[in-house]
Amino acid sequence: MGNHPIHLETPLSDQDIEILKAGDRVTISGILYTARDAAHKRLIELLEAGKDLPIPVQGQVIYYVGPSPASPGRVIGAAGPTTSYRMDPYAIKLMQLGLKGMIGKGKRAPEVKEAMVKYKAVYMAAVGGAGALMAQAIKEARIVAYEDLGPEAIRQLRVENLPAIVVNDTLGNDLYIEGQQKYMIE
Amino acid sequence: MRQISTERIIDAVKHAAMNGNFELGEDVVQAFHTAKKQEESPVAKDILDQLIENSILARETRVPMCQDTGLAVIFLELGQDLAIIGGDLQTAIEEGIRQGYKEGYLRKSVCHPFTRKNTGDNTPVITHIEVVPGDKLTIWVVPKGGGSENMSKLFMLPPAAGWVGVKENIIQTVISAGPNPCPPTIVGVGIGGNFERSALLAKKSLLRPLDIPNPDPELREMEKELLEAINKSGIGPQGLGGRITSLAVHILMMPCHIASLPLAVNIQCHASRHVKIVL
Repeated sequence: MGNHPIHLETPLSDQDIEILKAGDRVTISGILYTARDAAHKRLIELLEAGKDLPIPVQGQVIYYVGPSPASPGRVIGAAGPTTSYRMDPYAIKLMQLGLKGMIGKGKRAPEVKEAMVKYKAVYMAAVGGAGALMAQAIKEARIVAYEDLGPEAIRQLRVENLPAIVVNDTLGNDLYIEGQQKYMIE
Repeated sequence: MRQISTERIIDAVKHAAMNGNFELGEDVVQAFHTAKKQEESPVAKDILDQLIENSILARETRVPMCQDTGLAVIFLELGQDLAIIGGDLQTAIEEGIRQGYKEGYLRKSVCHPFTRKNTGDNTPVITHIEVVPGDKLTIWVVPKGGGSENMSKLFMLPPAAGWVGVKENIIQTVISAGPNPCPPTIVGVGIGGNFERSALLAKKSLLRPLDIPNPDPELREMEKELLEAINKSGIGPQGLGGRITSLAVHILMMPCHIASLPLAVNIQCHASRHVKIVL
């Protein structure tokens, strides 16, 4: 920690993420897809109906964000992470299809953490409530599915050096647990 | 009798909604700086730096500090010697919010509980009106994010629980929330009253700026004791470990029924937005 951040270019391979450890700082460049719970629900419904998804999943990274609208001349409004546990009921299915990364904030369910080990995926935290700062890393944004969901529509983002911290790695480590234990005063 | 037009109210609410989302209060920014001095974790210091930078960027670029520009909560103190002309107060408040969220490119975050269909204009607004002496209208515009609101709790404790029980439940609420409500948080506590009043007190306690101490010395001591206990948890900024889990604890207390000890804990994320206007 405190060292130079590890740079990631999406899409990610198993090799890219196996070197990541809970507590590593990363910067991410490339394509990300946004989705919150409403969009996840629709994706899973499509899968259950045996239909194709509107976005690729293999090797991809989903950013849990519902940005504020872009004002004129801007690519996007504020774009910090939303709380991730709301996506827990859907995340495992997407990891089975090859999803490699999730960016959000807040704790994940035990079964989601187990799935990250099993299917090789990582969960990264971006700083919640730093919406104006995060927007600076987003260079392009366009809606690719579910426009009717407004802020919850799926957007394809092109990002440059989006900052995040690895929370759950492929070994089952959890920075939320370890970080808290380190600074707890009995 | 002094008169005020709904047009003025609409305009004031509109600008407060926008400015509130772009300009973090100086009291909160100062609290970030103080927290950074007390913090020991390098990751936590880094996060506090990002929050300070974010507040500057939001102010300069007029991009909201947080994409969750909130459900609009409005506290009103209406002077009984003031007449509102040109329409009704509730409609004016809603219109101010509607215009502010549109013109400010703020996120519309209000939907039907089950269909989740967005109302499209960030209304309805949660309004609390109190009639007070005088001929002024005081309005607090408080955009409240969903992440921290979701981690809030209400307890109807047995009176025997006492201060020990109250303290334990507050600390446990903050600990079980962990990283979810975007720490460093401000913990709003309402003690006494009844079921709904305790929740309202908890929310109202958050209106007090961070640089103003609780005027009640007893409550001030309780706040200090709670903050120390919470900051021993190690949760830290964003829950990634550290000394500063909460920036402050604010308490409001009032008498309650002889059978009850109501307690409400309303957690406020670090993007503590509250704009006060006096008309």
